[in-house]
Amino acid sequence: MSVDTHDVPAPAPAAKDARTIGAAGKARQKREVNFLAGLGHVALVVWALLVLLPILWTFLAAFKTGPEIFGDAWTLPKALHLDNFARAWTKAHIGTYLINSVIVVALSTFGTMLFGSMAAYVLARYKFVGNRLIYYLFVAGLAFPVFLALTPLFLVVRNSGTLPVIGPWIGLNTRGGLILVYIAYSLPFTIFFLAAFFKSLPDSIAEAAIVDGASHTRLFFRVMLPMARSGIISITIFNILGQWNQYQLPLVLLQGEGAQDKWVITQGIRNISISAGYESDWPALFAALTLAILPMLVMYGIFQRQIQAGLTAGALK
Amino acid sequence: MRHGKYPFVISFLVVPLVLYVVYVLGPYAQAFYIAMTDWRGVSATPNFIGFENFTKMFDDPTFWKAVQHNLFLLLALPLITIAIALFLAFMLNVGGRSRSGVRSGVWGSKFYRVVFFFPQVLAVAIIGVLFQQILRPDSSGALNGPLHAMGLDPVGFLTDPTFAMWTVLAVLVWQAVGFYVVLFSAGMSSIPQDLYEAADLDGAGRIGIFFRITLPLLFDTLQVAWVYLGIAAFDAFALVQVLTVDQGGPDGATTVLAQEIYRNAFGYYKFGYASAMGVALFFLTLAFAALTIRVSRRDRIEY
Repeated sequence: MSVDTHDVPAPAPAAKDARTIGAAGKARQKREVNFLAGLGHVALVVWALLVLLPILWTFLAAFKTGPEIFGDAWTLPKALHLDNFARAWTKAHIGTYLINSVIVVALSTFGTMLFGSMAAYVLARYKFVGNRLIYYLFVAGLAFPVFLALTPLFLVVRNSGTLPVIGPWIGLNTRGGLILVYIAYSLPFTIFFLAAFFKSLPDSIAEAAIVDGASHTRLFFRVMLPMARSGIISITIFNILGQWNQYQLPLVLLQGEGAQDKWVITQGIRNISISAGYESDWPALFAALTLAILPMLVMYGIFQRQIQAGLTAGALK
Repeated sequence: MRHGKYPFVISFLVVPLVLYVVYVLGPYAQAFYIAMTDWRGVSATPNFIGFENFTKMFDDPTFWKAVQHNLFLLLALPLITIAIALFLAFMLNVGGRSRSGVRSGVWGSKFYRVVFFFPQVLAVAIIGVLFQQILRPDSSGALNGPLHAMGLDPVGFLTDPTFAMWTVLAVLVWQAVGFYVVLFSAGMSSIPQDLYEAADLDGAGRIGIFFRITLPLLFDTLQVAWVYLGIAAFDAFALVQVLTVDQGGPDGATTVLAQEIYRNAFGYYKFGYASAMGVALFFLTLAFAALTIRVSRRDRIEY
């Protein structure tokens, strides 16, 4: 840690005005500033390495051979074994899991946003009997731990599989069932957040649209929804990430025989990790991990600003 | 009352409400009843047995172990995560040198923020598998490799019962810190610059500024962080299930309530007993929420 005074920029004019600070105090303060800034920067670098190194190490191991992986931990692979990725894709089915996740999350996030914004909108902007009751019913869902509901939820989904006509689409081990459950469990936060957002929109434009003869439905889809765009984007990102990373719900709802070809990425990775032990195909596990992390890294690289805003939006409300 | 309002309101509410009642409210309500039955297995019929599951649970050492681990996480996770995140966020925002009295972040602060936040985007299950490899108990592990090179014995981060719970905590902190750095940064940037300038003129050092200005004005954000991390401490399921030996091992050294609920319900098919644990988890969460609200009640600082 350097306590090098050459580092200090020339004292700025505003600081010179601070006549109340004695010369000795100023020197002490300068030293303290330098020391702390140095210490702080070291801490920042250390934490950045702590975040990056495990991920880079995994990426690197994806190109190694089995013996290389069990050799020295921090050596480079002698040759780039791209066949690891081929095995991860075909034999370990990482491709299937990724596609399943994309299908489920695309539909469930769309459903969450559609139904969540519809409910939030009427709860925020229409007066009717039971409005507050329904609103608090939804918001109460935020307070309950999902694990309390896990067993009955399993039974509800299992029983809904015996319904006529729609049963085969929404029972256990179906994508439909998982999608509906994702939507239902995403509603409390989506409604809580969007209701506050719709409330903050100005009345004048809505009134003008009504005067122009727009129906309530048209007013919502054509006027209010576009006006709430920034809130919708934040909460869409929040839901995409939450549902993409969901683990316990698919674990419970997609289990048993015939479920494996519907598994989502989080389940898939876990399974590859277990079977890597039996089949001793560790390079394929690292390749699979890399393939699971890369899309997130790319998405994060592109939408980094929106993702940070979307995820922290809830906490800042 | 405008024409045709009720049909519209009902048409917009019916689908979300039905989904919510069927999949969320219904199961929550049923859980309290199932907790008082001896329901085992998918086909057996449940009998009402009152509080028998609960008395059994209170005699179950595994239950108490799980509760203990949840409480350990409840204390340690927020404390360590918030401390690290606050320090890093302070360095990012006001850690730089002051020019013309204006505090600036350190060099590269944008880069750090992007890097720190990234683990938040990854699924806990993926992080669990990743750290299983990082923490391998021989010299091929990313952490034990360098230890081995230094001539130290490899550490069983996951296999040694004395370390396993700390390892789980460390991975949870690893993932969480970046989120709170961003959250606290947002809070710090909304603190008016002139407060810092005034403190600068009064000769306050960096440490003084942190404790006298930043921390008190960040109180609301800290409270939110505490609640979020507390809720996370009551879950920890995905990580314990994926990362640890024998899903909560070795020998129950890392098990948490959520893991025991899952094990009893879908491993042993003890639906009644699992639901009783769910009810216990619910009341623990409730107690935490009530306590937080009570303790943290204080006047808001307006600025």
